[in-house]
This record gives sequence, structure tokens and C-alpha cells, in this order.
Amino acid sequence: MIILWTDGLIYLLITVMLALGWHLRGKEHIKRPLQKIAGSKIAIVSLVVLLFFVLIGLLDSVHFKPKNDKKNEIISMLDDWATPLREHGEKTYSAPFAFTLYSKEMIMQTDGSMQWDYPRLEFGGSHLENPETQRIFDILQKTAYGLAQGLGLMGLLLLVPTLRRGNAVRVAPAVLLALFIIVPLTSILIHLSAYYHVFGTDKVGEDVFYQAVKSIRTGLVIGTLTTLIMLPMAIIFGILAGFFQGWVDDVIQYIYTTLNSIPGVLLIAASILMVQVYMANHEAAFTSVIVRSDMRLLFLCLILGVTSWTGLCRLLRAETLKLREMEYVQAATALGVKQGAILLRHILPNVMHIVLISVVLDFSSLVLAEAVLSYINIGVDPTSYSWGNMINGARLEMAREPIVWWSLTAAFVFMFTLVLAANLFADVVQQAFDPRRSGND
Amino acid sequence: MTNPILVVEQLSVTFNHRQTVVDDISFAIYPGETFALVGESGSGKSITALSVLGLLPTNARLKADVIKLQDDDLLKRSEFELCKIRGRRIGFIFQDPMSSLNPVMTIGSQIEEVLKIHFNLPKAVAKQRVLELLSQVELPEPLQRIKAYPHQLSGGQRQRVMIAIALAGKPDLLIADEPTTSLDVTIQAQILDLLKTIQQQTGMALWLISHDLALVSSIADRVAVMQQGKIVETGVTSEFFNQPKHPYTRKLLDALPTMQSCLNHCIEEKPPLLQVSDFYCYYPIRKGIFKRVVDVVRAVDGVSFEIQQGKTLALVGESGCGKTTLGKSLLNLIPGSGKVVINGVELNGLTGEALRQQRANIQIVFQDPFSSMNPRMLVGDIIAEGIRALHPELNSEQRKASVKQLLQQVDLPEDSALRYPHEFSGGQRQRICIARALAVEPKLIVCDEPTSALDVSVQAQIIQLLKTLQQEKGVSYLFITHDLAVVAEIADDVAVMYQGKIIEQGSVAEVLTQPKHAYTKKLLAAVPVLKMDN
Repeated sequence: MIILWTDGLIYLLITVMLALGWHLRGKEHIKRPLQKIAGSKIAIVSLVVLLFFVLIGLLDSVHFKPKNDKKNEIISMLDDWATPLREHGEKTYSAPFAFTLYSKEMIMQTDGSMQWDYPRLEFGGSHLENPETQRIFDILQKTAYGLAQGLGLMGLLLLVPTLRRGNAVRVAPAVLLALFIIVPLTSILIHLSAYYHVFGTDKVGEDVFYQAVKSIRTGLVIGTLTTLIMLPMAIIFGILAGFFQGWVDDVIQYIYTTLNSIPGVLLIAASILMVQVYMANHEAAFTSVIVRSDMRLLFLCLILGVTSWTGLCRLLRAETLKLREMEYVQAATALGVKQGAILLRHILPNVMHIVLISVVLDFSSLVLAEAVLSYINIGVDPTSYSWGNMINGARLEMAREPIVWWSLTAAFVFMFTLVLAANLFADVVQQAFDPRRSGND
Repeated sequence: MTNPILVVEQLSVTFNHRQTVVDDISFAIYPGETFALVGESGSGKSITALSVLGLLPTNARLKADVIKLQDDDLLKRSEFELCKIRGRRIGFIFQDPMSSLNPVMTIGSQIEEVLKIHFNLPKAVAKQRVLELLSQVELPEPLQRIKAYPHQLSGGQRQRVMIAIALAGKPDLLIADEPTTSLDVTIQAQILDLLKTIQQQTGMALWLISHDLALVSSIADRVAVMQQGKIVETGVTSEFFNQPKHPYTRKLLDALPTMQSCLNHCIEEKPPLLQVSDFYCYYPIRKGIFKRVVDVVRAVDGVSFEIQQGKTLALVGESGCGKTTLGKSLLNLIPGSGKVVINGVELNGLTGEALRQQRANIQIVFQDPFSSMNPRMLVGDIIAEGIRALHPELNSEQRKASVKQLLQQVDLPEDSALRYPHEFSGGQRQRICIARALAVEPKLIVCDEPTSALDVSVQAQIIQLLKTLQQEKGVSYLFITHDLAVVAEIADDVAVMYQGKIIEQGSVAEVLTQPKHAYTKKLLAAVPVLKMDN
């Protein structure tokens, strides 16, 4: 097993979150909001969707070098499972569920004559004798098969607690509903993608569905790691500046005004360039393509984090300025509570709603920022999979005649699902953790 | 009797289809009379007024048999027709003159706006009318004030402008929703006088909405008491205050603090607990690039007083006189200078850890029970906070035990510890704040208007609680207030503050019955007193 830099940070993040959950378990003021979240259908459904994305991202974060592989490539667990998808490349563009290429070519017939026609795909629909007539029936058959398997799996899942009788775990109906959609859908997609290119293929004939699935990890890494870097800076600086005022405030304001007045793109370009130069000078350490693109991704997160904390910091400073004049803060001072404790107990919890909202909004804008940066070639490595790269590529495809729409659509569907689920979930979380709202419904 | 100007029959208002705020009430207002609708907060009095004007929020459902203005059925009027009635035939004065005036328009143009909507006047005539109105509400120098912006006027002056706007349409009925609640006592008296004079001049009907029974008794002709959306009693003022029939009305009247109670305080001398001498609190005014100090605001200007052990000193004054600043700077929440000695320890000059250790001696209870507690902390944690900070040696079991005891002392149920502040009413929250202050066993509690945001009956309970705690624990209070009736109820000594200085101090009976300073006399004269024959 090989641990890349971002893999390590993801494992660390998960460990920290688990430890935090363990530490907070059973605490009364945490339990009630959690129960409220569990009671919300929207929250549960979006949580299941999010967890599904995270699961794929995690599978994609376990890297290893396969044995008896000649290409000496590092692949992830997801790649291993999706080997057919990964290796079934076509020559160039093909539409979703197509059995021919998207453009006509000269084809050598069996009798040696040449013909100008759509050539058959090497893999997509190649098992069909007579694709024109058989295809629809075959797709339906495979769908039904996948659906049956998915439903069977769900049935088995439902049966397990019933069989164990007694201490059956109670599952919220919303979870079941979400699973009843996700599991059969996944099963159908797995079955279909073994025989067809569900979302078509791109310019170099790679399966777009595979690209979109691989992009999940990139999206999650950029969304979470960047936030992780940005949050401590924004929170610590913002609260300190607002609470202590005086020279502390002056220094912090000076830093973020300066940082804000340097164009972010410039900083990002410079740091990406630095990484590339560094990697070129230390070629021995960066032998594989995947290691290089991972390093670049990590640096992109770092520099995005460094450039994007100022907005939130400003908001938090203003909010803290307001809060420090609140009477409960004065009462705490009068009670002899130390300043550190006031910051942690009175200020921080009361600015958390701002943090939560801006983190979720930033998450979606970061995924989009990645696309913009890819456009000017300073985003993630062109060889790594990301929705940004897909959208960037789609720029030219949209101008083609006939139009190639599937790359953009696939990236859009995946990104939309992830961002929407994150937004809905954060909404409910924010409401649940606000004690003033809990009485209203 | 003449025909009533406003008739309301069987009016009900329901919010979100379940919360009934106004429940089947009927009343009538006759021309030229002053009708007062009295009730505690949340009893539905403002909503009643808004529903007559058709200004209810969208989630409210109105049901009524009759709402008639003279012979005009308001229920059948369209929104467009109602616009011609509001401001023209019914005038309205809101509670808060700060937020009811547009801050970016001059007061002249705000009055003129009403004239423009309802009367088709040429510009010069309109201006003349504005001047007339301003002199009618006795605003000094109306010619110059026409071009003034709301922030350039004081609270009382702003309320006068509001009245001028309401009068601009020459209404038959003027609705005044708590017109004096946010004003000082002396200004309050002036505004009420003004309303009375104008009523006599124009002969319009005045519908006064208030929570203040004393104020109502001095101005109203008829009174109706509202409780939880119902009118429980209606009557002519003199009968109403002398022979209240409904138990709720009697309860309200009994809860009113009276000035007479100041006479039966004990005057036994005790050793002093807090000695303050020559205390100053200046805010520098800085100007220019180098932030030169060009002048200072003298919020507290050379104040000396002392508080005896187990006694209460009331600090009385109008808003802006520096009484809250003084209270907070005694706790070192606002920097001040001068000598403060509590229990033999000199406080000023102490910093850091030494100051923190002395914090236990003085605690504070704030005015607003809504913003004085962290909304995200459990009540148990809020009360335990001081214990955690000043007695870190206690473990969580001991802390829980003392929280339980404190809750008992302030008469709150034991399970309150696991609830959030917003689940409590104003009075209960004030009890929590008192428990929080008591947790560190202070010798002195600064009470910064602890009852002014509360209803009369709740106010009486809180004062009773403070008195009981004083007897049990021997704690002293510095009771900051603007309400002289409350002072009579609780204080042993009184200090009257005016523009940063203490102008008169002495025992409560002395100051309230034989005031020496002219300002104290004016203050006492302005207090609305319940008109009762006995």
C-alpha cells in the first residue's frame, strides 16, 4: 500500500473527526441537535448521499501498486474494481450507450473495399450481433437485471435485523428510502457500464462515467482540505482581532488587507510553478504521474486555503466586535472567567453558524474555482481527473457540430448532486444547532 | 350618549391557524373620550389596534362581526380605500420614536408627506400647515427644526414629531401604542400633557394602549383590561380603580409598587461595605490624523457614596445621566478612575489575576434578560460558570449540587439546568441571572434596571425575591433604576444622579418625601400616581 500526501491528510481528517465524535458522545447539548437532525427527512437523505460520495472518495484514496503489472502504475482500490471501465478505451468520442463512434471514418470491409461510415466501438455494445435491433431490449434487460440485484441486496439488508430478532437496529425510513434509490441505481450503473459507455467517451476514447466517478475524490479533497487549511486561520485571526482590538486588530487587518490586494490568481500561479520546478529538480522522488499530480493537488489546496480565509475572517471579526459588547460576555468577565474561556465558550459557539454557512458555500465555490483555474492551466494537473478538467475540455466540445454534450452533463450531474446534498445537510445542521429555533417546529 | 366613533364586535385574531392572540373581544370608543386598553406584554393589545387598521402580518387570520369607523364598515373596505382612512381619519403613534421616523428624511418633509397624500395643498400652504403642526406639538423653534433630521432631536422631541405626523390628517381617532414607554419620566409627563391638550383642542377620540396602570389612571376616561387576548373588565376610570371587579385587575393593582412603602424601612446603621470616593469616568473625544484628545465626555463626574452591609442603595436618574456607566465601571467593565474600596480591599489599580480573584465580591444583573445570557449554553452551565472560574477546585458533582441549590433559592424548577435560556419567560430569565450572580457568593450585586423590561406583576415578584435573598444572605445591592416607585419599594438609601453627578443622597424616606434639590422635586412630580380615593 502506498500513502500519498493527500491520502495521509484524508486519513488524518477522518481520525480527528472520529475522535471528536467519541469525545462528544453522550453530551446532553450535542445529543439534542443530533436527534433533531435524525428526525429531518431532508437531512437524512442528503447525509446518505454525502456518505455515498465520501465512500467512493475513500475507496479512491487507498492506493497501491498491483502485483504482476507491467506498467508499474499506482492505482487505487476504486481503479482496481473498475479495471474494465479503466481499460476499455475507444478511439475517440462516442455518445452514451452508443455502439459506434460519433464521427464517420473510412472502414476497411472484409472484402478489402473501403467505406465511409460509423465504425463499431471496440467495447461499447460489442457483445451484440445486430445492435440496431437488439440494443434497446438488451439495455432494458441489463437494467432489469441490475434493478433486481439491487433490490435483492436491499431485501437482504432488511432481513438481517429481522432474523436477529430482539435487538434489531431501528433504521429511519428516510435512510431506507435513500438507500432504495442509491443501491439499485448503483447496481444498474455497474451492470450497464460493463457493456456500454453509460456517459459516452471523451476525445481520447476514455469512459466519461469513469472520469466523473474518479473526479469525486478530487472534488472532495479540494473542498475539505482547503477548508481545513482556511478555517483555523479565519477563525483564530477573526476572533482575536474582534475581541482584543488595539494593536492585535491592526496587525491582523493589515495582513488580510495586504493579502486581499494581491490577485489570488497570481499567488496560485506562482505556487503551482514553484511546485513544478521543485518536482523537476527532484525527479527521483516523483517518478510516477499520480504522485506528481497528487503533489500539485495538495499545493493547490494549500494556496487556495491561504488566499481564501480573508473573507470569512472579516465576517468573524465584525461579528465578534458585536458579541464582545453583549451583556453575557460582560457578565462572564464580571464572574472572573478568563479571556481564553470567554473566547471558547461565549464567542466561538455564537459565530459557528457563520462558519458553517460560509464553509458550505465555499465548498461549492471551491469546486467551481478549480474548474476556472484549470481553464488557465494552473488548476489541478491535466492528467488527474476532476470535474473542472471535464468542464474545461467541454468548452471545445460544445462548439463542435454535432455537439458533444455528455462530458459536461456528467460533470454537472455529479457536481450538482454533491453540492446540493451538502447545502441541504448544512441547512438542517445549522438550524438544529441553534437552540433558539428548536422550539418552533 | 352620542354614536360611537369606533365599534369593534367579536374580534378574534389567530396566528398560523392555532395561536389565538385576540380572542373574541368587543368594545366601542366615543368621540372626544380617552379610551385606555391595558394589559401585560403578549396580551394582544397592539394586535387589536393593528387589526382595526388592517395592518396585521400575513400569517394572521382576522375574524370579526363588526369593525365600524363611524358608519363606515372597515371590514368591507379594500386595501386601497383603507389607505385613505389610515393617517386621515385614524392617526397612529408608535412606541419607539427612534425607529418610526425615517433617518434620511427631514422631519418637515416627513410631515409634509402625510399632507401630500391626504390633502391636495399648494406647496406654500403645506409648509404653513407643517409649521402650525410643529407649534401645536410645542416643538421649540419650529422654523429651524423643519429642516432637522431625526437624529438631531431628543427622544421626547421625536415623539412630538410623531404626534405631529399623526395629527397632520386631522384624524377623528388617534391611536397611541405605548407612546411614552421608551421615554424618561419627566418627558413622559410632558407628552401626556400635550396629548390631553391637543385632545381638548380638536375634540378627537384618543385610544391609548399601555401597560402602565398609573399612567392610565391619570389620563383615561374609560379603561379596558386585556388578559391573554380577552377583555376581562371594562369600566369608567374612577370606578375601575376604586372597585376593581375581576381578580386579574385586582392582582395588577396590588402588584403596583407604591411610594408609601418607603416609610417602613429600618434605619439601623451598619458598617459600610463599599466606599466610592471621587469617582470619574471620562470618554475621550479624539479628532484629526493623530487622534488628539480634543475634549472628554464626562459620563461620571466625581461621584462619592457608600453602601452599608446588607442594605440597598438606589441610584436614580434619567437615561444618559451616567448611572449605568457608573455601575459597570465599579465592576471594571468600563475603565474609570477614583477610589473604590470594597470590604477593605481597594479595587482600582488591580489588574490581571489579582483583579480576577476580587471579582467574586461584586456581581451584576443586567436590564435585558434576553441578551444577558449566552443563547447556546444550558442554564446549568450558565449558572455554574462563575463557580468554574473562581473555584476550580470543585468537581462537577459539587458544581451540580450548588447549581441545584441556587435554582431552588430563586424558585426555579430543578430541571431548568438542562434547558436553554430561550425556553424561559422574561421574569424567569431574570431569576437565572440572579442565580448566576449569586453563584460566587458576592457581597454586592449591581442591579442595572433589572425590572424595567418586565411586566408589573413579574416586577413585583423579582423585587420580592431580591428582598428575600438580602435577608437570607446579607447581600447589598446597588439598584440602578429610573422608576421611583420601585425605589420606594426596595431601597434603604437613594442617590439621585444628574449629568454625571450625584446631586442629592440620603435615606429613602428623606429623599422621596422631602426632596431638597429642584431636579429631584421635578422628578417626583412627574411620576404618574395611581388616582384612588382611599
